Amino acid sequence: MSKRKTTQRINSLILNLFIIALGVGMLYPILWLIGASFKPSNQIFTQASIFPKTFTLDNYVAGWKGIGIVGFGTFFKNSFVICIISAFANAIFCSITAYAFARLQFKGKNIWFAIMMLTLMLPSHVTTIPRYIMFRRVGWINTFLPIVVPKFFATDAFFIFLLVQFIRGLPKDIDESAIIDGCSKFGVYSRILMPLTVPALITTLLFSFLWTWDDFFNQLLYLTSPHKYTVPMGLRLFLDSSGISFWGPMFAMSVLSLIPAFILFFSLQKYFVRGIATTGIKG
Amino acid sequence: MKNLRRKRVLLDNLSSYAFLAPWLIGFFLLTLYPMFYSLYLSFTKFNIRTPPQWIGWSNYLVMFKGTETLPRDDRFVNSMMVTFKYVFTSVPLKLVFALIVAMLMNKKLKLIPLYRALYYIPTLLGGSVAIAVLWRRLFAADGLLNMILNSVFGLENLPAWISNPQYALSTLVVLGVWQFGSPMIIFLAGLQQIPREYYEASSVDGAGPIRQFFAITLPSLSPIIFFNFVMQMISAFQSFTQAFIVSGGSGGPLDSTMFYSLYLYIKGFGFSEMGYAAAMAWILLIIIASLTAISFRASGTLVSYGSGE
Repeated sequence: MSKRKTTQRINSLILNLFIIALGVGMLYPILWLIGASFKPSNQIFTQASIFPKTFTLDNYVAGWKGIGIVGFGTFFKNSFVICIISAFANAIFCSITAYAFARLQFKGKNIWFAIMMLTLMLPSHVTTIPRYIMFRRVGWINTFLPIVVPKFFATDAFFIFLLVQFIRGLPKDIDESAIIDGCSKFGVYSRILMPLTVPALITTLLFSFLWTWDDFFNQLLYLTSPHKYTVPMGLRLFLDSSGISFWGPMFAMSVLSLIPAFILFFSLQKYFVRGIATTGIKG
Repeated sequence: MKNLRRKRVLLDNLSSYAFLAPWLIGFFLLTLYPMFYSLYLSFTKFNIRTPPQWIGWSNYLVMFKGTETLPRDDRFVNSMMVTFKYVFTSVPLKLVFALIVAMLMNKKLKLIPLYRALYYIPTLLGGSVAIAVLWRRLFAADGLLNMILNSVFGLENLPAWISNPQYALSTLVVLGVWQFGSPMIIFLAGLQQIPREYYEASSVDGAGPIRQFFAITLPSLSPIIFFNFVMQMISAFQSFTQAFIVSGGSGGPLDSTMFYSLYLYIKGFGFSEMGYAAAMAWILLIIIASLTAISFRASGTLVSYGSGE
């Protein structure tokens, strides 16, 4: 009996070591990036080790200034503005839509729902060019509007689906009895379902924040002057003017650009897992 | 009486539609209308400054066989090949890796929640410009990979992976596979649904772990594998950021990382051939739709939906 226990223990030790080794190997590039951001530029090209031999903050100081007149302070501010507006617009308008699909009765509901699900698979490229032309016509190029405004029309079907799934899982008798008590539809949505949907709303806020943060394509398309640039666009500026001396500052700013995702992920991990497991789409 | 009831139903419908209104407006204005508009543009020559000019099937003909006046667009054909290669190597590899890791994560170990979080980090960060920038440095001639290969394994004369047309696409495949976190989590959820008794009963019958994997795990997971495959395929076809950053916006070296989306962007916004780019977008839609349909067809025979589903 005790012999079996020891083999079990050894097995689980081996398994633990294997998982850790694989994990370290996988995360090595990121750890190296973090280490390299504290190395003087000439060592970035010669050291495979994570830990800097000489520790310096120069890269961060130089990187924060950016290239030319606009610094990373502006890029971060722009990114945060776009992402926070997008996240809340998504949460509000996708949940209103989800409420309609999950709870209300109306003619044509099934057809609209099927259409909504189809838009989930629609490659965005089909609408990219016309949207660009439309937004250009109304003078929205080089503003945040083309990126932010679509979120006010619940265009991210993924989140509608996530919220519909969640609301369908809530017991129906709560809102039914509220309606019998004379509560309006909006009252049911805002006072009963919204509070119960908080976990799914957090998942929505999280993913829309992070996806907008990383959404390079639209930012590349619509933001044309450095004053409007976001963090990914700021990083790209470094690449365009790439000389050896820029790698250090670029690494430093890359590390900073990853911090919001890190913080959100580790403080709200369970919402991540739930979001992926219930809808199962990219992450 | 009947009239009153009809009126109430109508009002009820209207007030429900009020909740649907934002989405409906968005759907018509930002999805459906643009779709038709881009379909129209795909039959025109359009550079955004002058009005679109109808040219019939010309854009489509140029893509696949050329017209009387214009040769076939070999860069388009190449971008299609590159994208197919990317999708059909990175997605299967990613799923295999995700499944293996999910099975490791399904073991009873105390630290599993921590491990799961750590293994998800590449997915969390992998789509960003920052990681694409890092990738350029990892696979450069004097990059991290070659430093390690050189100092640990003593290898010399290593290729500059990123600037070598033979290897450049593989570095992007590695980047894609590295982000296996989402399918891993979905597989893990699926594995936890498989009743323990299946394994217990089969081991009583003398089945080893490999036999169990093929007889129990794989069939039970088949709907999830299929689902993951379709979803990952759809998003892989649309990959853009990695190729853009790693190749510096050029799709190079020698168009070896010229993803479909990247070529569409270059055509539409670099060369201002918006009609052509719109046609490319529609071809992409058709490719994705038909591959999804084929997958669903195939799933009828390959996927087993057990009584538990």
